[in-house]
Amino acid sequence: MGDSAYSFSLTTFSRTGKLLQIEYALNAVANGRTSLGICAKDGVVIATDKKLASILVDTDQVSKVEPITESSGFVYSGVGPDYRVLVRKARKSAQKYFRMYREHEPVSQLVKTTASVMQEYTQSGGVRPFGVSLLVAGVDPDLTPRLYQVDPSGTYIGWKATAIGKNHVNAKNFLEKRYQDDMELEDAVHTALLTLREGFEGEMTSSNIEVGVVSITDGNFRILTPEQIQDYLDEAN
Amino acid sequence: MSILEYNGAAIIAMTGKECVAIASDTRLGAQAQTVSCDFRKVFKIDDKLFVGLAGLATDVTTLENTLKFRRSLYELREERSMTPKVFSNVLSNLLYEKRFGPYFIEPIVAGLDDTNKPFLSGMDLIGAPVYTDDFVVSGTATANMYGMCETLYQKDMEPEELFETISQALLASVDRDALSGWGAEVHIITKEGVTSRQLKGRMD
Repeated sequence: MGDSAYSFSLTTFSRTGKLLQIEYALNAVANGRTSLGICAKDGVVIATDKKLASILVDTDQVSKVEPITESSGFVYSGVGPDYRVLVRKARKSAQKYFRMYREHEPVSQLVKTTASVMQEYTQSGGVRPFGVSLLVAGVDPDLTPRLYQVDPSGTYIGWKATAIGKNHVNAKNFLEKRYQDDMELEDAVHTALLTLREGFEGEMTSSNIEVGVVSITDGNFRILTPEQIQDYLDEAN
Repeated sequence: MSILEYNGAAIIAMTGKECVAIASDTRLGAQAQTVSCDFRKVFKIDDKLFVGLAGLATDVTTLENTLKFRRSLYELREERSMTPKVFSNVLSNLLYEKRFGPYFIEPIVAGLDDTNKPFLSGMDLIGAPVYTDDFVVSGTATANMYGMCETLYQKDMEPEELFETISQALLASVDRDALSGWGAEVHIITKEGVTSRQLKGRMD
């Protein structure tokens, strides 16, 4: 993590007390494609806009929503390659946890570990912060559904519903109006799709978005197939 | 003489009806010489989780501290208590990490899980675990203890009967072993709490 020749941090305080590198990283996130998550009473849903550079891009090969453990998954807004590093680290950390305790890592622990890694990159020699904000969705061993956001600074926040990336301000306003504490997972998925469609450039189809859900009934994080997404889109119409 | 037999120990744990018992001798010796007769080998990790450490005394003390440290960190980070099954795995992992320079300890884990179901496990010095639902033994008098437990044990004993059984099993076993004995203590763990007693046995 950083060369010995670079034993000084590249993220340093400005006069006004800001860490500009982190601010700039947050800008990179704000320019990224929109992602959102909703925590229902019986599960969590996360979704993202998968619009790509050209229609020639093979969308099947692109994966933005990624499972980390059996019962949790990530989605991001920001710099894709940075995201993949975090996914790798999180998966390894979860496996190490299982090897040590023979119990699956709770979402809250996973979030703390990942956030701690992201913080390290703001204080270590010769490295820059990750240019991603993560949305972490999962179900804890005590069957509580959880949604967290993790920022480039290493801050983590638990949310009932939130959005990050390009259209996050409008999306969050939309969610604030629509969110209810006793929402069920099915409603949450519908709301998520409607929110995503609000700020979507062009037509939203089952192949240019990605949706991941985890329900407390089986605690399995799964990514919806295009067919399943199409069913939800049809119902919404 | 094996290093595991240098200090001497005898530990038994047994399950009963919604309870577990763990008992040990309290001798600390330097081979033939007896140095102390109140050396503790069974430690409380949590209200319903006890660990018994049989083997080299210095490792008993070190592991006691390491295990308490690990358990405290887990509780602080995870904001929940460690179940016996998880604790047993942590201990197994800890021992295996020292695979080529091990702790000379053969531990026993006894406790009640979240649903107050009895949990027992024993392992060798490099962490190979065994999970049983009747009894586990460890120390210098294991041959004696296996014989006594196999003979006296019954399923689903109430706490009072379990206390009698485990005490008789331990006392009879250590009396035929030179390296263990010189005092004994028994802990009975139920969902209401723990009862700890000192046994009056032969001090030789």
